Amino acid sequence: MNSFFERRYIIAGIFIAIIIILLARLFYIQIVDPRYAIYANNNVRRQKIVYPERGPILDRNGKVLVQNVPFYDITVIPRQVKPFDTVEFCKLLKIDRAEFNKRWTKAMKYSPNLSSIFEKQLSAQNYATVQERLSEFPGFDSSPRYLRTYPDSVAAQFLGYIGEVTDRDIKRSKAYYRPGDYIGVTGVERSYEPVLRGQRGVQNLMVDSRGKPKGHYANGLFDTSAVAGQRLTSSLDINIQKLGEKLMENKLGSIVAIEPSTGEILCYVSSPTYDPNLMVGRERGNNTAKIYANVYDPFFIRPIQAKYPPGSSFKPLSALIALQEGVIDPSTTYYCPGYYYAGNQRIPCNKGESHGLVNLSSAVAKSCNGFFCMVFQRLLDHNGARQTEASFINWRANVNKFGLGSKLGLDMPGEGRGNLPTPLHYDNIYKQGRWRSSTIISLAIGQGELEATPLQMANLECTIANHGYFYKPHLIKAIGTQNVIKKEYTEKNYVGIDSQYFEPVIKGMQQVVDDGTAVRSKIPGIVMCGKTGTAQNPHGEDHSVFVAFAPRDHPKIAIAVVVENSGEGAHWAAPIASFIVEKYLKGSISNRESGISVDYFEKANRLPDTALYLHHNGFKKKTIKADSRKNAIQDSINKQLKGLKGASNRNKKDSLYRFLAAAKKRDDK
Amino acid sequence: MINNQRSFFFNVDWITVFIYLALCTIGWFNIHAAVFDERHPSIIDFGTNYGKQFLFIIISMLVGAIILLLESRFITALSPGFYGITLLLLMAVLVVGRNVGGNQAWIPIGGGFRLQPSEFSKFTTCLLLARYLSGVNVKVTELRSFLIAGAIIGVPMFLIMLQPDMGSTLVFLSFIFVLYREGLSPYFLIIGALFIALFVSAILYSPLAVIAVIAGLCLLIILMFRKNKRVVITMLTGLAICIVFVLSVKLIYNNVLKPHQKVRIDIVLGIKSDLKGKGYNVNQSKIAIGSGKLWGKGYLNGTQTKYAFVPEQSTDFIFCTVGEEWGFAGSVVVIGLYLFLVLRIIMVAERQRSPFSRIYGYGVASVIFFHVMINIGMTIGLVPVIGIPLPFISYGGSSLLSFTLLLFVLIKLDSNRMGIV
Repeated sequence: MNSFFERRYIIAGIFIAIIIILLARLFYIQIVDPRYAIYANNNVRRQKIVYPERGPILDRNGKVLVQNVPFYDITVIPRQVKPFDTVEFCKLLKIDRAEFNKRWTKAMKYSPNLSSIFEKQLSAQNYATVQERLSEFPGFDSSPRYLRTYPDSVAAQFLGYIGEVTDRDIKRSKAYYRPGDYIGVTGVERSYEPVLRGQRGVQNLMVDSRGKPKGHYANGLFDTSAVAGQRLTSSLDINIQKLGEKLMENKLGSIVAIEPSTGEILCYVSSPTYDPNLMVGRERGNNTAKIYANVYDPFFIRPIQAKYPPGSSFKPLSALIALQEGVIDPSTTYYCPGYYYAGNQRIPCNKGESHGLVNLSSAVAKSCNGFFCMVFQRLLDHNGARQTEASFINWRANVNKFGLGSKLGLDMPGEGRGNLPTPLHYDNIYKQGRWRSSTIISLAIGQGELEATPLQMANLECTIANHGYFYKPHLIKAIGTQNVIKKEYTEKNYVGIDSQYFEPVIKGMQQVVDDGTAVRSKIPGIVMCGKTGTAQNPHGEDHSVFVAFAPRDHPKIAIAVVVENSGEGAHWAAPIASFIVEKYLKGSISNRESGISVDYFEKANRLPDTALYLHHNGFKKKTIKADSRKNAIQDSINKQLKGLKGASNRNKKDSLYRFLAAAKKRDDK
Repeated sequence: MINNQRSFFFNVDWITVFIYLALCTIGWFNIHAAVFDERHPSIIDFGTNYGKQFLFIIISMLVGAIILLLESRFITALSPGFYGITLLLLMAVLVVGRNVGGNQAWIPIGGGFRLQPSEFSKFTTCLLLARYLSGVNVKVTELRSFLIAGAIIGVPMFLIMLQPDMGSTLVFLSFIFVLYREGLSPYFLIIGALFIALFVSAILYSPLAVIAVIAGLCLLIILMFRKNKRVVITMLTGLAICIVFVLSVKLIYNNVLKPHQKVRIDIVLGIKSDLKGKGYNVNQSKIAIGSGKLWGKGYLNGTQTKYAFVPEQSTDFIFCTVGEEWGFAGSVVVIGLYLFLVLRIIMVAERQRSPFSRIYGYGVASVIFFHVMINIGMTIGLVPVIGIPLPFISYGGSSLLSFTLLLFVLIKLDSNRMGIV
């Protein structure tokens, strides 16, 4: 104890003061400031997306059409990347420096803190070498992805393909998708995207300071597991699909076969086609470009996007409407002199040779143009010539009930509606009230403005086979392992024709194959009812069309075949259809009396001249996009305005009002 | 004799011993949490740091027990000898030492263990200082005594600075409290604090602004005491020194300090925030402690420490584990234990009859307190990063052993306080 005894209080005081400062600071960072807890969480928590397997697609008998193979994406989180040997890294991924920089900038732009894809779709073999060394490059990681593979390389236009999402897809999905995700681009992959994609899972991992995973955050409490996409069972029969694609090799056109009792599409061929496997993997871009460069346009989905004048294959429908409207009865006869005069217009029949006396069935069997022109004129004129327009509208409505001129609502994107002309269309050509049944007589034999897609043609056959109704055609039979069937596919769509009227027409169609135009395509042991057609083609040789269903009693298959630029239906389309039908019904193809063989048709090349087709193609694409009705109205308004330029002001106003009112009236109908 | 023995045990300050044991145990468990390794989960696995720390604790306790059994006179008498040995070791370490992390501070002693002489020099310097200041004719207020005392502190300081171990060097500054207690003018403390304040403000603000402010304050004081010539002269001289100091701060800061030291100061003052590089330690350490909240994440559940986000987490940054896993509550307990220990030591020192024991006691309190202040201050970003351990808690044999020596010698001296030293 000495004189400075009291200084111990000062020293103790200083100590206490400093301790209080430390405690105050601790209080601040531990209790007041909430940021540190968040930072600590961000340090250790990493979200890892678990991609579900995309649902496989099977054919109607359970055979796999599409399944998945694992590929590996190399991902990067830019913030976690530590300085590394870029040269080595580039060598490992086999990319150059410029490419590396480009991808790096892209990843940074997306987010420095989130994982984005750096290198896409390494195959399992290539990934093995990368995987060994990936740990040397912190911040880079890999994630397995499942890509599509097509064991039989069939039905490309049906299956479609998946591709990386675009910015628009991301926006439209309300940011469900992330850059680098895959989405169905066309075909069933697109229309059933929500079912096929499944549900993504999230793993909340904890990592140490080097980014090494150290188990699940909160013991996996916030993790969600990925739910695999649902399995789709398609209605296609892979056997006839394969046969169809083979038969259509080196030809343009399509085959659509439908099971009448369900509306299930059995065969969906669009030719030329492509190997769907080309749309998968790293070479996809190059392959796509090659396919685009093909003038015959394999991406054009002919069964639903191409439209052809049905030609004579339209005649059964004409007959049915006439029977229903009561303008003819099954015993109505007509003498065919080999031509038909509608007004002063001469329509040749049977190359100018007389069919003699025909009735309804034999007119169908012999494809007598004269008979159907007569029927059509009766239909349009039975209320007098002044009522032509009203009768036409009635006729049009009847045809439309069969699905012509509107979309059938197939479960595929990009369906076309064909073309069923409106009265307005004729008003524009001939002026209102200035056209008669004779003016539009070509509709009677399925020519002129009338156009149908192969799907619509096949559906028409279903309706005939069913005696008056059809099921909505569809390509996906059942969803998931529970085989859920959409309700809309179990409802009958009646077309407003009494079932008793079908027999005479079907009788005629049976004769077509038994001893009519398609006799060469007769199938031993099977009664097939069909109708040949020749679709006029202003750009080259006519298209060969054949529609049919079989067997006659309890039909199991309805089919439409179009072979472009191949002339008469009996020559190309009918034999091809008969092979498909026989294969489907019997499982094999027997020798034909007529001597036609699958082999011959497979090898035949019916591709038109490329130069000719280029022109055709451009024309076709333009018409597909046109939304006929609205555009026609718009066009005619423009035309009217143009025509009125010279007229006086008052007249101009009046006639414009009159025109618009008329257009509206028609529209309402 | 039996009576004597009993009184000896009663005379040992068991409260201090208890706090010591508590801190060692807390340290051991927190090291276990900090470097927890799933392959070696046992806390007494000698292949791991926590296993080794257990060994160090056992050894330290044995050493502590031996010290209690020694003669007090032996310790006092040999203090110059101890001091000399540490000086020799400090010189030897500069030649044969192992360089770890930029500091040449360790002498390998085989078996994977290393000796850190600078840790022991704190203890021996404390002993010799106490012995010198307790001399009959020694008064700190006298220049000669002051200079000799300064030399006793300065020589090991200088040798450690050569390693260069800034942290341990600065620890010797804590002896200013001892000198103050023994009569050093309080102006030393005030002026010391003033210069630290000036240094910090000169870095943070423009020197001219700082000079303007202090000149203004001085003028105010001069105006108030303008009758008193002495005050005026003192203030003017002081002002002149301050101006020179402020102007030279930038020079010292830019030329004398090493770049890493500069950055550490910048980070504490918030001039720089280099969270990826130099500021990484402190930032991660703050995140660890801050994320502990009130009750902490629980034993072995601290993600920051367990997953190695905080570097040096078992040695200098051990307090992160305390803060993260035991929260504010745990931090208060640990800091409270230290405060209690230091205040207890001051109390023990003041009850000594012999000046040697008292001075030594103050030395112990100052050294321990300084370590606690700097270490915890640095983990929460209050002081620049200075690598010194947290007494009894940080991993390390040399550190634990030297603090044990420091403390147990005091306990031994205290147990003999009735006798004559």
